[in-house]
Amino acid sequence: MAICQARAWLSRGLTTLSSHPSLRVCVVGSGPAGFYTAEKMIKAHEGAFVDIIDRLPTPFGLVRSGVAPDHPETKIVTNQFSRVAQHERCSFYGNVTLGSAVTLSELRELYDVVVLAYGAESDRALGIPGEDLSGIHSAREFVWWYNGHPDYRNLNPDLKSTDTAFILGQGNVALDVARILLRPTAELATTDIADHALTALEQSSIRKVFLIGRRGPVQAACTAKELREVLGIKNLHIHINQTDLEKNQEDEEELKNNRIRRRIYDLLSKEAASGPSVPTSGQHELHFIFFRKPERFLDSLDRIGHVTAVQFEKTVLKAVGPGKQIAVGTGQFEELESGLVLKSIGYKSVPVDGLPFDQQKGLVPNVGGRVLSDASRDPTMLQKGLYVCGWLKRGPTGIIATNLYCAEETVGSILEDLQQGAIGSTSSIVKKPGREGLLQLLSDRNIEFVPFSRWQKIDAEERSLGSLRNKPREKLTTWEDLMKVAKE
Amino acid sequence: MLFPRLSRIGIKIFRELYGGKFTVPLCRTGSALEHYSGCWRPQFELHPEAKTFQSVIFQKHHQLSTTAAVSDAADGKKEKETISVTFVDKDGDEKQIEVPVGMSMLEAAHQNDIELEGACEGSLACSTCHVIVMDMEYYNKLEDPTDEENDMLDLAFGLTETSRLGCQVIAQPELDGIRLALPVATRNFAVDGYVPKPH
Ligand SMILES: Cc1cc2nc3c(=O)[nH]c(=O)nc-3n(C[C@H](O)[C@H](O)[C@H](O)COP(=O)(O)OP(=O)(O)OC[C@H]3O[C@@H](n4cnc5c(N)ncnc54)[C@H](O)[C@@H]3O)c2cc1C
Ligand SMILES: NC(=O)c1ccc[n+]([C@@H]2O[C@H](COP(=O)([O-])OP(=O)(O)OC[C@H]3O[C@@H](n4cnc5c(N)ncnc54)[C@H](OP(=O)(O)O)[C@@H]3O)[C@@H](O)[C@H]2O)c1
Repeated sequence: MAICQARAWLSRGLTTLSSHPSLRVCVVGSGPAGFYTAEKMIKAHEGAFVDIIDRLPTPFGLVRSGVAPDHPETKIVTNQFSRVAQHERCSFYGNVTLGSAVTLSELRELYDVVVLAYGAESDRALGIPGEDLSGIHSAREFVWWYNGHPDYRNLNPDLKSTDTAFILGQGNVALDVARILLRPTAELATTDIADHALTALEQSSIRKVFLIGRRGPVQAACTAKELREVLGIKNLHIHINQTDLEKNQEDEEELKNNRIRRRIYDLLSKEAASGPSVPTSGQHELHFIFFRKPERFLDSLDRIGHVTAVQFEKTVLKAVGPGKQIAVGTGQFEELESGLVLKSIGYKSVPVDGLPFDQQKGLVPNVGGRVLSDASRDPTMLQKGLYVCGWLKRGPTGIIATNLYCAEETVGSILEDLQQGAIGSTSSIVKKPGREGLLQLLSDRNIEFVPFSRWQKIDAEERSLGSLRNKPREKLTTWEDLMKVAKE
Repeated sequence: MLFPRLSRIGIKIFRELYGGKFTVPLCRTGSALEHYSGCWRPQFELHPEAKTFQSVIFQKHHQLSTTAAVSDAADGKKEKETISVTFVDKDGDEKQIEVPVGMSMLEAAHQNDIELEGACEGSLACSTCHVIVMDMEYYNKLEDPTDEENDMLDLAFGLTETSRLGCQVIAQPELDGIRLALPVATRNFAVDGYVPKPH
């Protein structure tokens, strides 16, 4: 079994490879996958020098720009990542973009090992008419906006000209977004939510949020903690259609085999059974809508180019294999009105030049983290010294911890290849330049990289700005501000 | 903000801080001690100062409570203030340690260089300190996991019938002799339907 083998290599790594000459490793991306890879690599190989580059001046990937502002405990893992970054054999270089500041082939020239862990910075598309109307955003954009990602501080979603928001998809990201729209802003005010987002939410006229899934409550993709939280929002009326909770034979089977699904279903059933069925005045509303597949977005008549409604097709479930049911259309359609639509149907990775990429799945073809030369996955066609980890390797699913096991597997593959002589500088003549080479190249190109010590300046500034407002931090949300503070 | 982390400091230090007047209830997860241990805290409490404070304490008592345990052993006191806990790692190797009553298994593991992850440092926001209680008898001595712990266990890799989070299992006399296994890799990051074979 691949992972067991990986682990064997990991534990053996310490003893058998410690005398190995130095190994230059570059990790691209400083999210959980990047940091866990660096940590495991440093632990397993005493000669490993790991440089982590990131396109942002700030580290931690989605832990900073994805994890919801009202989930501070989840971000505690950055303490561990910071210790890794400050390890004597590890360096962080922010503001260095793979694909523009440095190319993949350059990195592969400079380093013995390159691990790509640059996540998924695009979106799955629905591919239906009207998808590019204004008022429609991907959840990724909306999340980056409220979390102060410098590329999306100007998104300015219009929260004022409609009282209804549709969220398409019922995964954890969808629930995060629903919670941010519905949670009392006084509660958000003490989080690290971006200032521009807090202001916009304070002025928001959104009162009704619809979480819309193409399948049923048994298949809802969220997890219990997130669901419990959104159900627990103060003064919120929750609507779930009782009839949607009816189960078929396959549903029962799915529930029997899946603890998460079972707990989600129970929470939804309990909620549906409790509470008044009509909202009291002034209450915000959250509607769970099941069995609806978006068909087209409708343009507004008085605000041309802006979404005004969505046409949905009703669906039923169809079994396509053991434990798997898909949504199929029934030919019945309905239109529901909303001036704000957030598509939360999954992220998608983007390729860089020279990287084998599976366009259909939106990830890098690999075996145990070893990059394959083509998507047809001939396991003998490996890209020497090139590895992948995290969302770029597995696709855009999994929690922070999933990346830990994912990194274990990738590092296991690296150690195995090293042991077998497939990578690494075997003779001193071909020693790779590593860090010195990268820094030379960045300096030749006038690229102002942000080392970890400079990120710490940003960090300190954000915390001190935050403390003035009773927030854990006030994020700097423009490139100018970030770079200015980093250089101070 | 002082209380939440006290369980992790270990009861010895707690006593030092409170002049030894505080008597530790012999309790299980979910009872009075957990109330103080505050592993499940309302959100928004984590202000930057508090956070820094916490991590300072965390590092300080890291050394402190180790010495406390050592001096205990030297004193050879009758009253059992530590219990014996055996961790079984992924390769099946065993390590037996002494854990002061009141300390969480996560904390104990970290003090003894046992490779138990703890991404959220015991704040019940991740599942990385997942341990498997090896004997049903001991598992039954533990209070049932709370909803919040179960929410996290949902996401633990290699979940079993006797899985718990290390941060929620607190040393207490009746747990003396407990054996905890670190989960073995039975994980599946199926990229395209690849399912690891059972080993
Ligand atoms: C909205 C949201 C909320 C989430 N909340 C939680 C949660 O509460 N708990 C939980 O456990 N999990 C949560 N997750 C899941 C978790 O964030 C992911 O599993 C994890 O971040 C994936 O790690 P990664 O390292 O593969 O990618 P990322 O975290 O996305 O890191 C990728 C990094 O690569 C950098 N990068 C991108 N392109 C380039 C380039 N060309 N050159 C250099 N660097 C580049 C990016 O700037 C980024 O820092 C959430 C995910 C989302 C989307
Ligand atoms: N607190 C946390 O732990 C936390 C918070 C946020 C994110 N995360 C993690 O991050 C990962 C990504 O989350 P995510 O919410 O983006 O993804 P996700 O969990 O995969 O959910 C995607 C949702 O979009 C739906 N969908 C996909 N394609 C669709 C289409 N064409 N039309 C209609 N609906 C479609 C899916 O429905 P189907 O099931 O029918 O495909 C599903 O409901 C997850 O693993 C999640 O657990 C964790």
